Amino acid sequence: MQVSEASKRILAELLKSQTGQDLPASRRWRIGSALSGLSREHGIADLDRLITMLALSRRSSLAHKLIEALLNNETYFFRDRAMFEMLGDRALPDLAQARASTRTLKIWSVGCSTGQEALSLAMLFAGQEAHWAGWTVDILGTDVSQSVIDLSRTACYSQFQIQRGLAVDQMVRWFDETEQGWQAQDRLRRMVRFEMHNLLDPPPDPGRFDIILCRNVLLYFDEPTRTRAFDRLASALAPDGWLMLGAGETTIGQTSRFVPDKTMRGLHRHASLPAPSRSAETGQRAVG
Amino acid sequence: MKTCLIVDDSRVVRRFLRSSLEALEFDVREACNGREAIASCEESMPDVILLDWHMPVMSGIEFIKLLRQGGHANQPKVVFCTTENDVAHIRAAIDAGADEYVMKPFDHDTLHLKLQLVGVA
Repeated sequence: MQVSEASKRILAELLKSQTGQDLPASRRWRIGSALSGLSREHGIADLDRLITMLALSRRSSLAHKLIEALLNNETYFFRDRAMFEMLGDRALPDLAQARASTRTLKIWSVGCSTGQEALSLAMLFAGQEAHWAGWTVDILGTDVSQSVIDLSRTACYSQFQIQRGLAVDQMVRWFDETEQGWQAQDRLRRMVRFEMHNLLDPPPDPGRFDIILCRNVLLYFDEPTRTRAFDRLASALAPDGWLMLGAGETTIGQTSRFVPDKTMRGLHRHASLPAPSRSAETGQRAVG
Repeated sequence: MKTCLIVDDSRVVRRFLRSSLEALEFDVREACNGREAIASCEESMPDVILLDWHMPVMSGIEFIKLLRQGGHANQPKVVFCTTENDVAHIRAAIDAGADEYVMKPFDHDTLHLKLQLVGVA
């Protein structure tokens, strides 16, 4: 389906104003296929006419649908599995020690799409049930798209979705076969919650997280917007927390707020950590 | 180069799987049923087997039971690729010794992820 350059610009401005996401010329080729479903739904084969309707009427419901159609909701369970193994084997044990007094962990999955990332995290904890007994684990998934948040809340997945990235033993262990699809069991669902939220807005409740996963989200922002997003992430991350980016993403050259963790590739720390307390320094000297 | 044996009575499915596997740089062999697969394994054990459930002569579940009981030293990874999509069949496959399970239809990316899960891709 062909779309005029003027229509592409209208859509790019709409997406930018509503979500902060960029729609550069290199990504505009997919507009036609992204909007084909909406075109059928409204019985308007000419996409330029559909977009003109939007421009003239400014109907919020149509604008909302156009934005939803343009968003990329690609996700699957345990995407970049090595990263999850590192979280489970190294980062979480460290955090367990650091949070031993409160026995509470707060994790934020930014741009969670249909919830597979948040549920993958929940499976990490549920798989170490004895270790985390007595802990409160709060995993928040957020996305700018209300439709994917609605789907996330059902925690129900099609055959195609459930077997993407999920090992078969995990599938039968943590999901039940229902008429609607494969649904996550309560023991996972009680750890996760989902809210519509834009990363560029102030952080969602509770406002401070021990781990933030923001994978394959920042690549949709232009440079000034990405800087704002890093500022938001920095304000939401606990001083000793970790930010996890996508496999092909980095903080190097992108922000002054974070630096890569020297021992855990793919995880990032605050660029300037609070100075250690005097007692901790004394303790280290005594050991050394 | 890793080797994969495709066991499926559908030529169309074998062609799709071969194309996917060759894109992942596998050396591919084919069998139309469990009996042919046994013969192929006796000749040379592959690294991984993609196994259909329903086939003439010998089914996939009969084949894997024979394979796992055989006591071969180099047991291959076995990934069921079948239209059977209920928990009962999945559990039966795991109990019989399957390492992974893919429900048809599936795409190249899903197959690739499953092959990564069993450590051959």
